Amino acid sequence: MELVTTILIDGLIDASWIFIVAVGLTLIFGVLNILNIAHGNFYAIGAYAAANAVGVYYSGAGASMPMLGLVAMTVAALVVAIVLGPLLERGLFRFFYHRDEIVLVLVTYALFLILEDATKLIWGVNPYYAYEPYGLFGTVSIGKLDYVGYDFFLIGMAIVIGILLWLGLNRTRSGKVVLAVIHDREMSSAAGVNVTKIFVISFTIGVFLAALGGAFTAPKISVQPGLAVMVVLFSFAVAVIGGLGSIEGAAIASLLVGIARALAIHLAPWAELFIVYLAMALMLAVRPQGIFSPTALRKI
Amino acid sequence: MLSRLMVWLLAGVTLAILVALGEVLPSWCVFLLVTAAAKGLAALGLVLVIRTGLLSFGQGLFYCAGGYGAGLLMLWGGITDMTLLVLAGGAVALLFGLLTAPLLASYRGIFFATLTLALSMLMHGALTKADFLGGSDGLNLHSPTLFGLRPASAAEAVHMLYLFSSVLVVAVAVACRRHFDSLRGLLSLATRDNEIRVEYLGASVSRVISENFVAAAFLGGVGGALNAIAVGHIDPELAFWTTSGEFVFVAILSGYLSVAAVFASSILLELIRSFSSQYFPNAWQMSLGIFMLASILFLPNGIGGLIVRRKACDPGKDPA
Repeated sequence: MELVTTILIDGLIDASWIFIVAVGLTLIFGVLNILNIAHGNFYAIGAYAAANAVGVYYSGAGASMPMLGLVAMTVAALVVAIVLGPLLERGLFRFFYHRDEIVLVLVTYALFLILEDATKLIWGVNPYYAYEPYGLFGTVSIGKLDYVGYDFFLIGMAIVIGILLWLGLNRTRSGKVVLAVIHDREMSSAAGVNVTKIFVISFTIGVFLAALGGAFTAPKISVQPGLAVMVVLFSFAVAVIGGLGSIEGAAIASLLVGIARALAIHLAPWAELFIVYLAMALMLAVRPQGIFSPTALRKI
Repeated sequence: MLSRLMVWLLAGVTLAILVALGEVLPSWCVFLLVTAAAKGLAALGLVLVIRTGLLSFGQGLFYCAGGYGAGLLMLWGGITDMTLLVLAGGAVALLFGLLTAPLLASYRGIFFATLTLALSMLMHGALTKADFLGGSDGLNLHSPTLFGLRPASAAEAVHMLYLFSSVLVVAVAVACRRHFDSLRGLLSLATRDNEIRVEYLGASVSRVISENFVAAAFLGGVGGALNAIAVGHIDPELAFWTTSGEFVFVAILSGYLSVAAVFASSILLELIRSFSSQYFPNAWQMSLGIFMLASILFLPNGIGGLIVRRKACDPGKDPA
């Protein structure tokens, strides 16, 4: 029983940050039809920016108000999104919208290569540590085991983000406009929707979510080169399992991936990475549109 | 379209130039050409897939299968002859291709790309944890021989491997050129342009895709085996998605019209890698990315589009 609880809690903790990053990927795919290989780079840049912000904050005013370190991290992710989002969408991707979707994949791959090195040029190759916020919430005892409170804060944050995104898309006017653009770009444009604006905003939100995921995992890890390469695969797996473009799917798939990884780590450590790709391959083989996406109608 | 005689003539001249170059170029340069040949062979396989209108992000799976196939035959079977090892590498990858092609042939676009990616990452994940295959560190190989000849020095070994890979590359290039110009090869391009028309002509699209994919697997395995013998080491990184990404880079830069352009792009990749890693170690991927973006923007048919013009080709047609 204790093992089951441990696996579930570890899985939930893992699922929380994976969800935040993957839902950004799925949003960008849903709205702009871009399968973004560079998504992991936004995560990595968010993590670096947050490590800088945490470093500056805690060496200055942070001692008196440690909780505001979380705000510093959020601001760091926001800055990354506001700088990179519009720049890349307007300055790069828009030139390829009339081309095949696979060309956009290639463009994001080229961007991945460029950002990989840009990150090294800006932040160097030595690891950064931003451990201060990790102790903010103390420890939580469940059964005989102690957990870091910060991890539970991450779970809460992922839930809040998921709910906000869902409500934003399904219950607000602008959200419904975004759904209209997802459904049919041309018709929305004909009905007077400013599709360009929706594209820039959705892409920027997608970048923000990736950067936020990076920023809030930064205290748990050492921030160093190579983060993007792994994270993009996890978010690909989650987005594909959940169905590209589906928020509910991303939530369920993050849970599946998180718990599958926790299961593997506790019971069969050799299968830790294997199990994620196996789930992805099986899902693609059996139901390529993912758990939640309805079968797409063919447009004539 | 080149006449058959012209193809053989060009092949003979190219081989003569390659052999002559091997005598004058310094050893490091010769080694660079061998690794470029290995990557080029795998990328040429990917080009076969791209000709049908699909993009595989998992060519590394076959590159890795070929490398491990040849490496394990050397370590466990005691065979050191490079001809046998390269053929064995190709055969192992061919087997993987035959197993995966029926599944993949019904996928298109990003689903094909992500499924090939997932399959190659499965291989990577499995090899990383397989301790009897060296785990994530991989295995070191012995030095190879050619028809019973054992090289006396390291420089001689590189030279021998270079001559072998020159013959291999020219032979594969001739075969691929012949394939490109054949009915089957042209059907691939037709599939890329319009699948429904191909079906109405009475040809099977999934068969065209499967055949090209299996051939691509074989070439990936041959390239992987050559690389394994040259480097003397195999590890799971060969199946990692960034290795597949390098083949994508070469294939996109070269385009899908010319065989020679694939090897030219592969040499360019190795040159960028070795010079940048010496002078700008943290910026070589960036230069690859910029090259790739420029190619997608300004050369939709790649370098090959400069050499071979596709008649009645829509100039705005995408490279993949």
